[in-house]
Amino acid sequence: MKKIYMDHAATTPVDKRVFEVMRPFFSDKFGNASSIHAIGQEASDALEKSRKKLASVLNADPAEIIFTSGGTESNNFALKGTAFANRKKGKHIITTKIEHDCVLNSAKWLERQGFDVTYLPVDRYGLVDLNELEKSIRKDTILISVMHANNEIGTIEPIEDIAKIASERNIYFHTDAVQTTGKLKIDVKRLNVDMLSISSHKLFGPKGVGALFVRSGTKIDALLHGGGHERGMRSGTENVAGIVGFAEAVKIADKEREREMPRIAKMRDKLIKEILDNIPDSYLTGHPKKRLPINASFYFKFIEGESLILKLDDKGIEASTGSACSSKSLKPSHVLLATGLKPEDAHGSLRLTLGKDNTTEEIDYVIKSVSEAVEELRKISPFKKSFEKV
Amino acid sequence: MYSKKVMELFRHPHNMGKIENPDGVGKVGNPVCGDVMYIYIKVGKNEKGEEIIEDIKFETFGCAAAIATSSMITDMAKGKTLEEAEKITRDDVANYLGGLPPIKMHCSNLAADGLKAAIADYRKKKPIKPEK
Repeated sequence: MKKIYMDHAATTPVDKRVFEVMRPFFSDKFGNASSIHAIGQEASDALEKSRKKLASVLNADPAEIIFTSGGTESNNFALKGTAFANRKKGKHIITTKIEHDCVLNSAKWLERQGFDVTYLPVDRYGLVDLNELEKSIRKDTILISVMHANNEIGTIEPIEDIAKIASERNIYFHTDAVQTTGKLKIDVKRLNVDMLSISSHKLFGPKGVGALFVRSGTKIDALLHGGGHERGMRSGTENVAGIVGFAEAVKIADKEREREMPRIAKMRDKLIKEILDNIPDSYLTGHPKKRLPINASFYFKFIEGESLILKLDDKGIEASTGSACSSKSLKPSHVLLATGLKPEDAHGSLRLTLGKDNTTEEIDYVIKSVSEAVEELRKISPFKKSFEKV
Repeated sequence: MYSKKVMELFRHPHNMGKIENPDGVGKVGNPVCGDVMYIYIKVGKNEKGEEIIEDIKFETFGCAAAIATSSMITDMAKGKTLEEAEKITRDDVANYLGGLPPIKMHCSNLAADGLKAAIADYRKKKPIKPEK
């Protein structure tokens, strides 16, 4: 059976062109970038070239790029590093209820270290309320961290407005751009952010590598201490092959973005429209307009998401859900609950995230298959009309 | 993640649906947790005159484990006397399925409870015959 991958917000395959530029750095150009002999310097050159490549796409200075092991490390680094470096100035941090777990759990850990954290609510579309943000700012607020776009529902947050509010009050602003890099234009000067997290494997690069942009002059402590790599900000022998691939993937994504994203958004719009039209009691999650071009997310009443994912998998379609039944915890998606969904509805969620290899024929097949899978599960479900009291 | 047997019953569940005018219904679970099971039974008598599960069907809202355990218990209980059927435990159901992921043992393995609830519902409704 042909497989249709529609889980690009989870991860993406490595682009063949990316793999080709990485290949020599495994067995031939294997040097340690800290070594002074020729093969070490070759690695060091490749590393610095990659840094320049990434900086140029982001409109940043190469010295403002710190390579990390990925989105989770970048977000941990931004929150913990800024909190500890600025704790004499204040102990208050503002973030949102819909951040990725790596931000939320870093924030919770900081609370246990004596910091105060405000978790901003969002509206039914997942948008942060700027008035709420302004109201929550205190004299001792040192950091605001709001994601650029949400990974589950695709809502794009007004981060330029948030950056303005933060900079006017001299508060550091970090954004998690793991979902947006390669899909939206990322210009750190225009966005006016102090820190920005990126992950490679979301944009057709290899896993295990990412970066944190840190604006020059930002007070931040290192997370990993050791031999002083990345100018002392992130010790550990650099993942040269990964970094070379990552920078190439960012370059390709940026170059092809203006051509690819409108095409993908068109397929996404068809997917949303026809699923909502064809399936009774189906609803869109996230913002109808301000959303990632790759994201189509829904919930279907009377059925549970994990079953839906497995039914779709049987039909060759790879997708994901925010249902608790597919997660390690027993709570449904914190993002869907924050948008006001009832837990029983959040259990029926489906996220389809498109990539450059998806085709319009696949979209038609997915629409048909989702309709069938929902119908099959509703046949088994005791809830045909509405949730009855149990 | 799931055993072959779980996936087989999830894909092709046995005894799915509703029984019209059932003798007992067991409703267990909670939509908030993502698993709800309705077990319907029809009670008959065997040649010894003992009460048996003559027919059993289910309707389930939930994950693959919830659907598979529902299907499993209908096969396990059909034809059994009420006393035998009541003795089926959650662990029995999981063992027949070749095991369940640990997290599903707690939340989705509700079928044995559903069957017990259906039998209790039947006993509650049954008119008490005067003793001779």
